[in-house]
Amino acid sequence: MADTNKSSSRKLGMSLLYAVLGLIAVFQIYPLVWLFFFSLKGNSEIFGRSPFALPEDWLFENYARVWFDGNISQYFFNSVFITATSVILTVILASFVTFAITRMKWKLSGPVLLLFMVGYMIPIHSTLVPLFQFYRELNLIDNPLSIILAYTAYNMPLTIMILMGFYRTLPREIEEAAVMDGCSIHRMFFQIILPMTKPVMSTTIIINMIYNWNEFVFVNTFISSDKYKTLTVGIQNFIGQYLTDWGAIGATLMISIIPILIAFFFLSNRIVEGIAAGSVKG
Amino acid sequence: MDKVMSNKKVIALYVLPSLILLAGLVYIPIFLTGYYGLMDWNGVGPMTFIGLDNYIELLSDDTFWYSARNSFFLAFFSTAALIVYLAVSLVLSAKIKGRETLRKIYLIPMLLSSVAIAQLWIKIYDPNNGMLNSLLTTLGVESPPAWLAERGTVLIAIFIAIVWQYAGFYIIIYSAALKGIPASLIEAAEIDGATPLQIAYKIKVPLISGVIKTTIVLAIVGSLKYFDLIYVMTGGGPNGASEVIASYMYKQAFGIKNFGYGSAIGFALLILALATTFVIQKLTASKNDNIQY
Repeated sequence: MADTNKSSSRKLGMSLLYAVLGLIAVFQIYPLVWLFFFSLKGNSEIFGRSPFALPEDWLFENYARVWFDGNISQYFFNSVFITATSVILTVILASFVTFAITRMKWKLSGPVLLLFMVGYMIPIHSTLVPLFQFYRELNLIDNPLSIILAYTAYNMPLTIMILMGFYRTLPREIEEAAVMDGCSIHRMFFQIILPMTKPVMSTTIIINMIYNWNEFVFVNTFISSDKYKTLTVGIQNFIGQYLTDWGAIGATLMISIIPILIAFFFLSNRIVEGIAAGSVKG
Repeated sequence: MDKVMSNKKVIALYVLPSLILLAGLVYIPIFLTGYYGLMDWNGVGPMTFIGLDNYIELLSDDTFWYSARNSFFLAFFSTAALIVYLAVSLVLSAKIKGRETLRKIYLIPMLLSSVAIAQLWIKIYDPNNGMLNSLLTTLGVESPPAWLAERGTVLIAIFIAIVWQYAGFYIIIYSAALKGIPASLIEAAEIDGATPLQIAYKIKVPLISGVIKTTIVLAIVGSLKYFDLIYVMTGGGPNGASEVIASYMYKQAFGIKNFGYGSAIGFALLILALATTFVIQKLTASKNDNIQY
């Protein structure tokens, strides 16, 4: 008797637990579902009916309208270009540094590593004015290069942190064998080590992609013309002009987050790994 | 072997480009911010050296202190929320069906831009057509607040959006740490008759105390430099009610072109962030730090 009581109260406890976990999942997901629905509605539906109603006619033309009429397509491709270029640059440079720090022997490797890690703690608002001034003197204001360089520098610490864990697990024998075979250090790095780090590289690539795609302050500060703006800043300006057109705003927001959702769908394990590695090791 | 692996030229070639980039874009600007804080400068004209005037003015600037108060408000509640995230992670560390999927679902908002999140929550909080107030009206609430437009509710409203954004991030960090605890330890405790609650509180939490410390630093420093979401959601309004240090700095420097004063605020932000980190490290230092298992 006592045993059945115990197991039924245990069952009740488990159901309660699942209910709470499910509720949190709904809280995390439902706002996005709601966004998707209102991106397909017209103003009469938005202002005339319950916000929880499904769209009556699915107005996919909201998407076509903002893509073709606004500058959204331009912002989108700027985001793709700046994100891709910065990610490649960051991961290559960070791989060089991580290799030199974890695999090569030199006295200052510890202090230099520390120097790179300090960058992780710096609030960008504490560097923004001098950066602005520096770029102005170099004539890089309103030039995508200013953004690419800033992304590379500011994402370098996290990228090195993630790479380091993997580089440290590589056995020394690899390099010993390569040196015995008379392999130059550059060939060793490019043809042996770098290919071995593919899994962790893909982790850093996806994490960098997400951060760069979403970045706002640098673009908002250093870029002024529409032809170079990225999606985050672009949609911010665009929405300012369409204050009451919820359908257009919803469609714009959806366009900006769909690439991230697709990446998440295929690479969620890598993303989780990158986030965990970046902070647990810190 | 050693000769090849300690070739100074190669090391320089691999490390220096990145180091120079960081020096130019991160380290030197930190010091320049402090230096520009000594200037009267509108960003375009010449700089005039005015000594510590900006920093002295900052000490008696009510708007600055009000924005600092708001930043610390967010830092305090973000830290308190860690307890909830930790509890959820502990539950998920038990043998729960679908826990991997749940963790991933929780993480999704964290991957979106703060701009998109801010715009979405502006719509959720919309007094007339938003999701929240429609729900509250249906539930019988007579006149729900206008959330982002009222001084009394704006910070809470922003904080809820921040929780939505970051909950998954911290749950992933805690979960990764909890996974590192050897199963044999938990099994031994179970054999000794420990309840799940005791295992969580007496074994799991102490074992991941290092990571908990890291997240406290992340939550506090992250809150102190918080900017994007607030800038887009309220612009610091209504009437300065949700101004934080970073948004006040941005307004002074790039809004009203008070670059000298803006730099002084930026430097104060840096000092606050570093000092807070240092204090937390000291406060939470214990002999458990180097625990081995």
